[in-house]
Amino acid sequence: MRLGANTWIGGGLFAVALAVAVTAPWIALTDPVMDANLLNAELPPSMEFPFGTDAQGRDIYSRVVYGAQISLTVGVVSQIANSIIGVTLGLTAGYWGGWWDDFVNGLTNVMLAIPSLIFALAIMAILGPGLVSLLIALGLTNWSYSCRIARAQALSLKSQGYVQAARILGYGPFRIMFTQLLPNMLGPIIVIATLGMGGTILAEAALSFLGLGIRPPFPSWGSMLSDARETIAIAPWVSIFPGLAIFLTVLGLNLLGDGLRDIFDPQATTRRA
Amino acid sequence: MTGARVTGAGGNGPLLKVENLRIALQGDGVTFNAVENVSFEIGRGEAFGLVGESGCGKSITALSVMGLLRRPLSLGGGRIVLDGEEIQDASAAEMRRLRGKRVAMIFQEPMTALNPLSPVGRQIAEMFVLHQGASWREAMDRAEEALRQVRVPSPERRIRDYPHQLSGGMRQRVMIAIALACGPDLLIADEPTTALDVTVQAEIIDLMAELCAAKGTAILMISHDLGLVANMCNRVAVMYAGRIIESQVADAIFATPSHPYTRGLIDSLPRLGERARRGRQRLTEISGVVPSIQAYPAGCRFNPRCPAVTDICRTTVPEATSLPADGIVRCHHHG
Ligand SMILES: Nc1ncnc2c1ncn2[C@@H]1O[C@H](COP(=O)(O)OP(=O)(O)O)[C@@H](O)[C@H]1O
Ligand SMILES: [Mg+2]
Repeated sequence: MRLGANTWIGGGLFAVALAVAVTAPWIALTDPVMDANLLNAELPPSMEFPFGTDAQGRDIYSRVVYGAQISLTVGVVSQIANSIIGVTLGLTAGYWGGWWDDFVNGLTNVMLAIPSLIFALAIMAILGPGLVSLLIALGLTNWSYSCRIARAQALSLKSQGYVQAARILGYGPFRIMFTQLLPNMLGPIIVIATLGMGGTILAEAALSFLGLGIRPPFPSWGSMLSDARETIAIAPWVSIFPGLAIFLTVLGLNLLGDGLRDIFDPQATTRRA
Repeated sequence: MTGARVTGAGGNGPLLKVENLRIALQGDGVTFNAVENVSFEIGRGEAFGLVGESGCGKSITALSVMGLLRRPLSLGGGRIVLDGEEIQDASAAEMRRLRGKRVAMIFQEPMTALNPLSPVGRQIAEMFVLHQGASWREAMDRAEEALRQVRVPSPERRIRDYPHQLSGGMRQRVMIAIALACGPDLLIADEPTTALDVTVQAEIIDLMAELCAAKGTAILMISHDLGLVANMCNRVAVMYAGRIIESQVADAIFATPSHPYTRGLIDSLPRLGERARRGRQRLTEISGVVPSIQAYPAGCRFNPRCPAVTDICRTTVPEATSLPADGIVRCHHHG
């Protein structure tokens, strides 16, 4: 199997982000929250502070490194939740059809009609800021694409000979869905999940930027950008580095998603970005 | 887990009895009968053949026995009795317990009938797990044994192969292993060799016949090939446009075909040896085409193509006339 440049570059970027998040305690230079020192405020990048310092004199490099933990946790965990919800709904809807399919379709259309960020914002407003609220808000609002894909795959796979054969051999509906349909639709599902994860990371940044996600002083890339708003003209590095981290991670996920799509599904399942 | 067998009529009556089966095809506001008035019986361990041109309703007859008709098709009437139990109204859950365990089926496309992402051994083993509650370890051992029975070479290695690593003939062997895994009473084989190379066809048919004979499994053999079916089966029913038009003991159908359509089928077979001397010298074909469901003619449905057609054929559906040895024919001019 040829992996292609997209997969390598995208996978590489994402792997670096993951590695940074996992090894944060060892590769960070200072504590991201506690080591504030107003004497060092807004220093440009130097040997001591590779990415410079912010308004409270904290090392931006260390904060970006720790920020990876939060951004990726939110991205991975809530996207897994989205995939599970979307695939469960889409798979059962496509396989069973009937009123359940109509219901799921309606629900999906409603979800697609509401901007998911606004929906997540509303949930955050109810739950209050914090990591758990973020996971819930973003894990419940981005399943429509997974659902669409799973449903379409179930519809086309269920007329395959081996699915018919399974029915003829006495497989029950859940066994058919789990052993015959799910493994055969995993490719497109993974593609959508990868692309969706980029979206979730962006959404986390947006919510934190708006002060509804991770609250300062804890470092998430979005909350760091939020902090940097006032000083963007005089100390651009305060916003450049967390911005770059978001950009590279999401770019990596999008490239990876595209690369995987070329591998799994040469005819390309389209998704509006 | 050995499901309690409902006996009663079971034990001595026929294994499968299909009576006046009607299959409805829901069209736009109209309902057609894709199959009507189809009756046949299969005894325990008997090989029964169902023959007819493509589109005459063989596959949907088989699906109705499995309880698997799906919209726009549905059971329009009739009785299906398996081992003394009426199953035409059985619930989905009851049918699921029969399928694969009491009645198994293999069909035409061995290329697509196996899950491409699952090793073939696993797919055989799944039957033991599903229907007999076996553990996976035990089931895998039995899957290897099942592969050996269908004469797949080096089964201990083949159980780990994926379907794409096997040839069409090998895959059909795997399908036979899956179908016969739980020792069903009836095996329905719907054109099991049509998609295979001619050289492999005979092997597969022989294998099926041999295994079923050894296990006492009855076969419902479905094919468009009268020669193949007559070779393998004790009795043969010939279908035309949704009806059984003749049914006889296999040898008798060649010796004394009673319906003009059956005669046409036999005359269109390339004949060897004895048969070639008996009949006409040239291969003939039946003129015309099979009518589509929407355009079935009134009366005898074969009348537009029949060489012996008269007025009554165009107006009146012929009743079944008895032939020797439980045979029947539906023709106004038989004999
Ligand atoms: N799912 C379906 N929808 C509509 N018509 C069908 C369907 N399945 C079968 N038919 C019709 O029923 C008739 C019998 O089909 P089938 O049993 O598959 O024929 P055979 O197996 O003898 O070739 C055909 O005319 C076919 O067009
Ligand atoms: Mg058929």
